[in-house]
Amino acid sequence: MGILIDKTTRVLVQGITGHEGSFQAKQMAEFGTNIVGGVTPGKGGSEVYGIAVFDSVSEAAGETNPDASVIFVPPRFAADAIFEAIDSGIELIVCITEGIPVHDMMRVCSYLESASSRLIGPNCPGITTPGESKAGIMPNSIHRQGNIGLVSRSGTLTYEIIDLLSRNGIGQSTSVGIGGDPVSGTSFVDVLEFFEKDPKTHAVVLVGEIGGTAEEDSIGFIKQMSKPVISYVVGISAPPGKTMGHAGAIASAGGGTALEKIEAFEKAGIAVAKNPTEIVRIIKDII
Amino acid sequence: MKLYEYDAKEIFKGNSIPVPEGSLISNPGDAENIAGKLGTVVIKAQVMTGGRGKAGGIAKASNPKEAYKSAQRILGMSIKGLPVNKLLVEEYKKPDKEMYLGITIDRAAKCPLIMASPEGGIDIEEIAKTSPRKIVKIHINPLTGIHDYQARMLANSLNKNKSLMIADIIKKLYRVFIDYDCTLAEINPLADAQDGFFALDARMVIDDNAFFRQDFREEETGSLEETAKKNGMSYVGLDGDIGCIVNGAGLAMATLDLIKQYGGEPANFMDVRAGANEEQMKIALRIVSSNKKVKAIIINVFGGLTKCDEVARGIIDVIPEIKAPLVIRLAGTNENEGRALLEKYRVTLASSSEEAASAVVKLGNSDR
Repeated sequence: MGILIDKTTRVLVQGITGHEGSFQAKQMAEFGTNIVGGVTPGKGGSEVYGIAVFDSVSEAAGETNPDASVIFVPPRFAADAIFEAIDSGIELIVCITEGIPVHDMMRVCSYLESASSRLIGPNCPGITTPGESKAGIMPNSIHRQGNIGLVSRSGTLTYEIIDLLSRNGIGQSTSVGIGGDPVSGTSFVDVLEFFEKDPKTHAVVLVGEIGGTAEEDSIGFIKQMSKPVISYVVGISAPPGKTMGHAGAIASAGGGTALEKIEAFEKAGIAVAKNPTEIVRIIKDII
Repeated sequence: MKLYEYDAKEIFKGNSIPVPEGSLISNPGDAENIAGKLGTVVIKAQVMTGGRGKAGGIAKASNPKEAYKSAQRILGMSIKGLPVNKLLVEEYKKPDKEMYLGITIDRAAKCPLIMASPEGGIDIEEIAKTSPRKIVKIHINPLTGIHDYQARMLANSLNKNKSLMIADIIKKLYRVFIDYDCTLAEINPLADAQDGFFALDARMVIDDNAFFRQDFREEETGSLEETAKKNGMSYVGLDGDIGCIVNGAGLAMATLDLIKQYGGEPANFMDVRAGANEEQMKIALRIVSSNKKVKAIIINVFGGLTKCDEVARGIIDVIPEIKAPLVIRLAGTNENEGRALLEKYRVTLASSSEEAASAVVKLGNSDR
């Protein structure tokens, strides 16, 4: 079990002939992901590590019947790649690309409202269900099967926490990186809803950061959940008005500071970890 | 990237949004000449910060001599640490009424948000606090763009009698917001004056991710932020004395927070990105150590795409140049190879983020 992807998920890789796309396709295949094909316009008919490459998503969809697509397309072409996946009826789209213009993402997200696809990302490490499948770029070696769901806006910090959990014998049902951009396809609440319904998930770790109100917006749902949620928010030392690496990580006079988020969680009675080690301690206390 | 008022007004002008006539100048004599042509003028410091008025960076001058004197005074000023090198001198428009008009991105709603308030001239955050009911907000579907009725509703909330003229400005501002990939396009105040409406101030922020299709170039300042950006990294200067180099923005913020928890103060935020290699590590170390306040440096890398042995090689190459003690934590891809390479050197190797943060704070303190 776990959420969003499992052993049976048929995964397409858009941008498979690129440097990162080909490397990550191989990594995913080694993890056990059922990769059914790749897409790069103009490279149809070729192969990458034995994976068939098609010129378009619709062509690949016709031949391979994918459930999901992982996108490694450069920023200026990435929105187009997402539209192509949506129009081909791909159910789950994971966009890894960092640096997509926010106006492109607003158009994509509006378009998604009348489509049946779900978009994870962009600017995210994707999804891993240990022992089953990986649609993204998280390092293969850090995961361990278990009952903790993880949802995060970050990349390497997510790896750090997964690794720490695994080393302490705490396995994960599924880990989801929703991305560090200001406008993205899937919110904390969306992922929490999946975890709440997933029988394999017993508790959830939510990793947030400065900028926007995605953390605060999840509180209403967390309070209704039957499963405990442990939150961890980074960026206490971030000065307002400065973008901290991720395009979406910017606090302003209007809000979005780490302290505001932490206070909101605490006020709602949601567990707050002050550092990665504390996440482990709190989970061990709960379980 | 934030635009200067002058640049934003040029864009407004090019898109038929009315702005007062004016020029960008850098010496008092020019201010005198322009005032001779325009009559009463407003002289405005062109610096990238708010609160110019309060700091004395904006002055009204009713004759050329006064314009000269004010320009001379403001050109010698520094506002919030920023020297004033350029002034916008423009025709004074006496506002009968000052309003607010702004377009931003609503992250939660994932679409543009237009805000209008009949009370302008102060920050929107301030308006939101003092008279929230006076702000009218309308979300725009980015696939259809702004509808006429939406522009009309917003305009009516500002001034029913002149709503046609205001609606026209709103639609033009939305056009600018889209065409220039803005994350903010703001007219504050929008003045209702004797001879029409005018954008008395203009703020535009352009999405850095859209630079490939926009014709903007960031001002060269020679700052560490700029050097980092040119090398595909992200640096933000802070006030403390612990230098930080981390791969990934989230882990970098977490590392800074840990340093604070252990009683230290970070000197900077530095994200060398997920695919950092030997060469980038060298550049990163040079950038961070060039800050004279730095007493100790932490390098925290969780290798996924990044290979720890490559990171180690980059560090070793510049060790002879670095005076501050180094605390290094390498985890993930090729971590054992990376650690083995570093063992011969006088650096502190840590096995977790917490251990590294605690060690670097101690080293920073002992040096004092």
